[in-house]
Amino acid sequence: MIGVGKIKQYSNVLDKPLSKGKQEVSLSAFAFLFSELVQYNQTQVDNIAELERRLEDAGYAVGARVLELLCHRDKGNRRETRLLGILSFVHSTVWKVLFGKVADSLEKGTEHEDEYMISEKELLVNRFISIPKDMGTFNCGAFVAGIVRGVLDGAGFPAVVTAHFVPVEGQHRPRTTILIKFAEEVLRREARLG
Amino acid sequence: MAAIYSLYIISKSGGLIYYNQLSPVSGCFGIELLQADTFDLNCFQSLTGTKFFVVSEPGTQHMEGLLKHIYELYTDYVLKNPFYEMEMPIRCELCDINLTQAVQKDRVALLAR
Repeated sequence: MIGVGKIKQYSNVLDKPLSKGKQEVSLSAFAFLFSELVQYNQTQVDNIAELERRLEDAGYAVGARVLELLCHRDKGNRRETRLLGILSFVHSTVWKVLFGKVADSLEKGTEHEDEYMISEKELLVNRFISIPKDMGTFNCGAFVAGIVRGVLDGAGFPAVVTAHFVPVEGQHRPRTTILIKFAEEVLRREARLG
Repeated sequence: MAAIYSLYIISKSGGLIYYNQLSPVSGCFGIELLQADTFDLNCFQSLTGTKFFVVSEPGTQHMEGLLKHIYELYTDYVLKNPFYEMEMPIRCELCDINLTQAVQKDRVALLAR
């Protein structure tokens, strides 16, 4: 159980400085909250695809806000216009702020031009979660996929983002890959920019 | 007349259906260690009443530390799992993996002495 949060109390939340201090939250607190989020959504849906969609939507809201915050705080209000720029922003800055470390790897898909993959040995949100056998390929990382989609959408790079388990030989636990498939217009724009 | 410390009644599926503490000893928390010729039974009770039992070789040291560690693993991989229903049998992969690891580490440490 990790992390200690030191919170200075402000009377008005608008007075809180945006730029000062990266605050850490207890991992256990987050794990319980996320667990409850998943459980609550489970009661609202009939099937696994719906559950995945709901988690993704929850993540989308986070992503949109994180983008605004980080653009102001970390990037001095500079906007990313290139594909690789926004991808490395997600892979490094967003991951660092949300999960405390940069993502394990960023790769370009070999089969399709519009696919990129961010891989992680184990997503922070999945750290304490064991998926029961009867849920098949369901991945709570759909929440993280939603965050990435929110960031990309807000930055002007619409994409379809999904989370997948990728079995690794020699290891019992599979790796998680966030698959990003950019929309046509993004690739056309990227080609025009040269 | 021998003093009875506590009474447990366990159903055939393993669920505790009756528990009464009749100990005349004050400040008694519950069973902690049961020593027999061929095994030791160590017990750890959490504040919520969940009991963890470990059967080990007689005279094994540091079981308390192991039990506390197991309790930590329980809170991490079982209680933080959204797919675990309270009071139900535990079927969490991560819990199994980590418990085996904890016991192996302990076994290696014991053999090394």
